Amino acid sequence: MVRIKTYGEPPYDVREVLRYAGSRDDDAVLALFEACRAEIAAGLSYKVCYLPLSVCVKGDLCDFGAFTAKSKDLARNLDGCEKAVVFAATIGVGIDRLIAKYSVLSPAKALLLDAIGTERIEALCDLFCDDVAREYQTYCRPRFSPGYGDLPLSFQKEIFFVLNCRKHIGVSITDSLMMSPSKSVTAIVGLNDEACKKTSRKCGACGNQECAFRSAV
Amino acid sequence: MNFNTFLKQNIVYLDGGTGTLLQERGLRPGEHPERWNLTHPEVITELHRAYFDAGSNVVCTNTFGANTLKFPLDELEQIVKAALSNAKAAREESTAPQEKFIALDIGPSGKLLKPLGDLDFEAAVDTFKATVSLGVKYGADLIYIETMSDSYEAKAALLAAKECSDLPVIVSCAYGEDGKLMTGASPAAMVALLEGMGVAALGANCSLGPKQLRPIVRELLQYASVPVIFKPNAGLPESVNGKTVFDVTAEEYSEIAAELIKEGVRVVGGCCGTTPEYIRAVCEKTKQSAPAAVTPKNLTMVSSFTHAVVFGNQPVLIGERINPTGKKRFKQALIENDIDYILSEGFAQQEKGVDLLDVNVGLPEIDEPAVLKNAVEALQAVIDLPLQIDTSDIGAMEAALRRYNGKAMINSVNGKAESMASVFPLMKKYGGVAVALTLDENGIPETAQGRVEIAKKILSTAAEFGIDKKDVVFDPLALTVSADAAAASVTLETVRRIQSELGVHTSLGISNVSFGLPARDPVNGTFFALALENGLSAAIMNPYSADMMKTYFAYKVLKGLDENCEAYIAAAQRFAGTGNTPQQTDREGAPENGLRHAIVKGLKEKAAALTKERLLSADPLDVVNLEIIPALNAVGVGFENKTVYLPQLLMSAEAAKSAFEVVKSALASNGSRADQGIFVIATVQGDIHDIGKNIVKLLLQNYGFHVVDLGKDVPPETIVKTVRELHAPLVGLSALMTTTVPAMEETIRQLRSETPWCKIVVGGAVLTKAYADAIGADKYAGDAMETVRYAEQIMKDLASEK
Repeated sequence: MVRIKTYGEPPYDVREVLRYAGSRDDDAVLALFEACRAEIAAGLSYKVCYLPLSVCVKGDLCDFGAFTAKSKDLARNLDGCEKAVVFAATIGVGIDRLIAKYSVLSPAKALLLDAIGTERIEALCDLFCDDVAREYQTYCRPRFSPGYGDLPLSFQKEIFFVLNCRKHIGVSITDSLMMSPSKSVTAIVGLNDEACKKTSRKCGACGNQECAFRSAV
Repeated sequence: MNFNTFLKQNIVYLDGGTGTLLQERGLRPGEHPERWNLTHPEVITELHRAYFDAGSNVVCTNTFGANTLKFPLDELEQIVKAALSNAKAAREESTAPQEKFIALDIGPSGKLLKPLGDLDFEAAVDTFKATVSLGVKYGADLIYIETMSDSYEAKAALLAAKECSDLPVIVSCAYGEDGKLMTGASPAAMVALLEGMGVAALGANCSLGPKQLRPIVRELLQYASVPVIFKPNAGLPESVNGKTVFDVTAEEYSEIAAELIKEGVRVVGGCCGTTPEYIRAVCEKTKQSAPAAVTPKNLTMVSSFTHAVVFGNQPVLIGERINPTGKKRFKQALIENDIDYILSEGFAQQEKGVDLLDVNVGLPEIDEPAVLKNAVEALQAVIDLPLQIDTSDIGAMEAALRRYNGKAMINSVNGKAESMASVFPLMKKYGGVAVALTLDENGIPETAQGRVEIAKKILSTAAEFGIDKKDVVFDPLALTVSADAAAASVTLETVRRIQSELGVHTSLGISNVSFGLPARDPVNGTFFALALENGLSAAIMNPYSADMMKTYFAYKVLKGLDENCEAYIAAAQRFAGTGNTPQQTDREGAPENGLRHAIVKGLKEKAAALTKERLLSADPLDVVNLEIIPALNAVGVGFENKTVYLPQLLMSAEAAKSAFEVVKSALASNGSRADQGIFVIATVQGDIHDIGKNIVKLLLQNYGFHVVDLGKDVPPETIVKTVRELHAPLVGLSALMTTTVPAMEETIRQLRSETPWCKIVVGGAVLTKAYADAIGADKYAGDAMETVRYAEQIMKDLASEK
């Protein structure tokens, strides 16, 4: 059964926000960040829906019972796991509305809000995965989303079907596989009793060396 | 008995949950329950029958997700046909004595409507129409639109139901813990929208348990003049030993239902987790209850996609600035299809505190239905104020009302037979509150008595069209006091009499009263105060007028409408600084007064103020070429050398834009403009986010390009057509996802064959130079400055060819 969780505001990582905005420490930019943060605070809601599944990995086929995924990279990620959690997380539609507003009034603010949204949804996913690890008293593998490695973006459809994201947390998907609200994430997290090798949670596991947002690992 | 008659006299019991029960009977996760109508008809019939046996008056067909987005039309027909046949079989089998109806159940389409999603409003209407038509064909008694979490989609479904059937329609929505729909609408806003369009009943279902839904249903009861529906989940789901269990028992559930039925709920059922046992418990507990009377609330309400504005509590301010009359800069924006300018006018008025925005785009040289519709869509995408659709073009009025996400104010209808015959049917279909002018074929009566007579005629004609008087607000017309000394008092008397004798609200276009006088503001402000004292409910006004705003806040204080005088005290700070530009401090600390410095530091207001000052003595083009451009260049070069970061570049660009806007206003009033060249820009089809494109646009505008922004999710044909019509030398395309790059490639292919002269520059998160080359672009731009430099180079090359 799909379950829903609502969270309070996760702590901010200002450096991450600035990185997403293509900036470093600068008083004027920080002042703009604070203004944006204050303006969006009431418009954010932190919601996750998820489904615990058993998983069986054979070669590059990951069988979750309700659906399967053929992906070498995901299979490597889930290697040794017998359980996994598939989830969708969102910070709501408010930030999209505010970004649309400031796209007209102030693209600088729109850029900062966009960066805040990206940082917020990642922070929410971190919080949720920590929660999952606690709840199942185990360790989480780095979360793996459609579009990572050789897992096609179209896998998004399977996740949406299984989780009924629209009903549970108000997230829907377009024909071109974009999510709305835009600051939403879907992913699969493998659960395993052994802590996996410590890599950077975000960039280390990703093969895209040319990504503009890749942090130094 | 037909459903409407039954609803008038009885408490109506709906059925309970379906999905959870089907899962217990073997429905697998991810399987379409609607197909079970065909594959397991006996299971569906048995479930329906169990609800009839438990006491349900209405059983909903198993068609929640049955629509053309999920099923091909022929399969959809099979599903709907089987669904109705299963429900009818259950009705025949059940020996329970109560009245039994079958509702065609319609849930959300599964897609989100534009602008948040990619489903066009009319496409949504067509999708729902297909299901409704089949429901009618196979014999549904009523239509139940349920679990709507987006007001716009609810409107699309309701419109489809109205256009394809005469069946009664009831609608209930899924509210979140914050008491609002997922896309933001409050219960009051939904009452305004749904009741305005003529639903038989409205309410709340799903998403929450009975306790959490209680305050939402109470709010619905407070505003609704039609029966209210209460259909919650059986509490919140919990997992116990791997099984889903809901935390509210049938007994607890029925107690809350009984309590709310006493308070006025007239339609009750259950959603996720409820079973026939729950419905039986509710029926048992309330079978002796008399149905509460559904009382007309007589509330004049308009709404946006978030909230309702109710007339009568506070004076309602309607901002009049989105209107080209007498404004050269605004006319220019309309002709150039510069929607951003219209949006800026909307934001600025919202900042001043208006409750509604009047939207008038009437110009002889434009296609008013198309422009008004676009303006309404653009405004409601970003501004949460209700809109007043202001046009004399009935086609434009209908186009705007149809697309409006809420219950609009309509400006205007009048006592002429022709006017009423064209406006009232639109109100009946789409909902709305009309501003009715007290004039008719014989003109404007000179006396208050004459105007009241016209008002009476308008109300009785409205009633013939089925329009309640609460949906008509009279404008008794403020005439010019300098032409007729009695004009103001006649208007004031009319306001008072219409309000007290006819029991309806009034609205006035205030500023006309002072036409022809010098220093008009004090006259307007005082007239506004007098009108309020005579019972005026709303004013169409200029929120930049200090006197009007002072009157408004002072009136509220004096009438006890401003608790602790808080609004007045907050506004008083603004009065003190009337006419002054807000002071902005230079974060570097050093006092610097130059325009160049203001731009480099990204000080928007200061840059605009300094430009205004410079224009008093300097030639506009000199200000542009010697001050604004060099400042921009300094920042641009800094960005290219990585000493300036993107947010700083944008802050400077915004400051430069505000300086340019001042220059542009000056040039617009001289009737001339300066341009580098035309640059058409768009985010390709399928892509619904456009922040990167907007950044490029801002910089291009700064560098003197006339940017034609086609927006996001733009079909290739539209881009080609625009480039061809404008003979644009440059086009910029943006794509964010690997899934939309094919749309970019297709656009390039069409541009190459149709508009071979045009240079194509592409950008976006997933693109690389190699990718751009492979799909045939002329240039890959890694950032906004690179696009600007490329565009400058192309224009230079073109100039030297000539």
